[in-house]
Amino acid sequence: MSAMIRINNVSKWYGEFQVLTECTTQVAKGEVVVVCGPSGSGKSTLIKCVNALEAFQKGEIIVDGTSVGDAKTDLPKLRSRVGMVFQHFELFPHLSITDNLAIAQVKVLGRSQDEATEKGLKLLNRVGLKAHAHKYPGQLSGGQQQRVAIARALSMDPIAMLFDEPTSALDPEMINEVLDVMTELAQEGMTMMCVTHEMGFARRVANRVIFMDRGQIIEDCGKEEFFGSPRSERAVQFLSKILQH
Amino acid sequence: MPGGRLECGHARAYLEDSMNYHWNWNVFFQPTGIGKEIYLDWFVTGFGWTVAVALVAWVIALAIGSVLGVMRTLPDSKATSFASAYVALFRNVPLLVQLFVWYFLVPDWLPESAQTWFKQDLSPTTSAYISVVVCLALFTAARVCEQVRTGIQALPKGQSHAALAMGFSRVQIYRHVLLPQAFRIIIPPLTTEFLAIFKNSSVASLIGLMELLAQTKQTAEFTANIFEAFTLATVIYFVLNMSLMKLMGRVEDRLRVPGLMGGK
Repeated sequence: MSAMIRINNVSKWYGEFQVLTECTTQVAKGEVVVVCGPSGSGKSTLIKCVNALEAFQKGEIIVDGTSVGDAKTDLPKLRSRVGMVFQHFELFPHLSITDNLAIAQVKVLGRSQDEATEKGLKLLNRVGLKAHAHKYPGQLSGGQQQRVAIARALSMDPIAMLFDEPTSALDPEMINEVLDVMTELAQEGMTMMCVTHEMGFARRVANRVIFMDRGQIIEDCGKEEFFGSPRSERAVQFLSKILQH
Repeated sequence: MPGGRLECGHARAYLEDSMNYHWNWNVFFQPTGIGKEIYLDWFVTGFGWTVAVALVAWVIALAIGSVLGVMRTLPDSKATSFASAYVALFRNVPLLVQLFVWYFLVPDWLPESAQTWFKQDLSPTTSAYISVVVCLALFTAARVCEQVRTGIQALPKGQSHAALAMGFSRVQIYRHVLLPQAFRIIIPPLTTEFLAIFKNSSVASLIGLMELLAQTKQTAEFTANIFEAFTLATVIYFVLNMSLMKLMGRVEDRLRVPGLMGGK
């Protein structure tokens, strides 16, 4: 299996404070990797380094053969090929759902408005929201907005998808509708890196689980191993707390 | 101070007069003695100049202010400090002082040929008009800048992250994501500035541009009907600004996003 995302010895500092310490891992094509850990452990920072939303000072990240940290890399082009879904959805509130889905296809990929709209509607249908195409983000529920956000990321035909706590800002009853879309996506063979606390999702669809604490990758193993016999004391503690509920 | 007492006396005379003051609204229809003009024509001309000064200065202020406001939010520290220095300079000097600088001092710093053009080739009205438009535009730009900046900074950081993540360039992010949202947020304070520029345009009367206030003073002096003249001016300014306020309210309604900030 070839690595779609390769993270090699990545370290990052905010001034004096080290937020990432020599993180190394990879995500193979078609693989689903869940990143978990306590808050402040650096998981969101790590995933944002993958598409250079956050800079890092040491190490390298290679996405589909392109080095993210290289000054010569065309970052907008690289980013346009990697989909990202955020905790707070980040749909553009001043644009209709249709325009949210079309704008980047038109402005970044240079597709025609008609082509982009058609593709957007197809994806909207896939996440079960075709009837809401004419609405604005503020008129949808959180779960619906997040499904639109996933469709928006997919409209760019990404080679991989990054999820940064996609269900953390949702009401409990809306979490599943988003996880269902993500599960379907995983089953279709999308390469996915997901920061999430949804251990049920991790058990169901992840190939591997990465556990982070204080900016370090503590565990990086298959899900059976992670849930069955975690090696580190920290992961045992984390799991016991999170699985109690 | 004798001067003070004299002015006091003046005011008392006016007050006593005003108690049994004979309002004469017909004064506006009396001939000025210049051509076929009546005094109302002076107000019409003055109103025209007021609008001509304010509108042109506003368009320039909005353009410059928007660019400066964007500069203040860029990661580049040179752009940020330039815009900050601009705001500090133009916001901390009184408007009237700025006008005198633009009208009396700046022309003297121009190259010889430009000086002759400004002082001799142009009519006094035109050179006063240019000075006051430049002055009001640059003064108001500093204020617009601050509002554009706060509008952009009020947006969640995730918005530019989301746009970046889809491959938008910096320019595209401002054009399609940040500015359309920021401008909607700042319509109410921008309305205040828009009205202020019409009111501030009255400083032009001090460098001899015959806008509304200057025409009012002239009418008062020519006719001695000071109460009527200033009442009419007050009504014109008030109606003008009320209409602009209503207009901006309509603009705000038109641009309101469904499901957002009071939109339905």
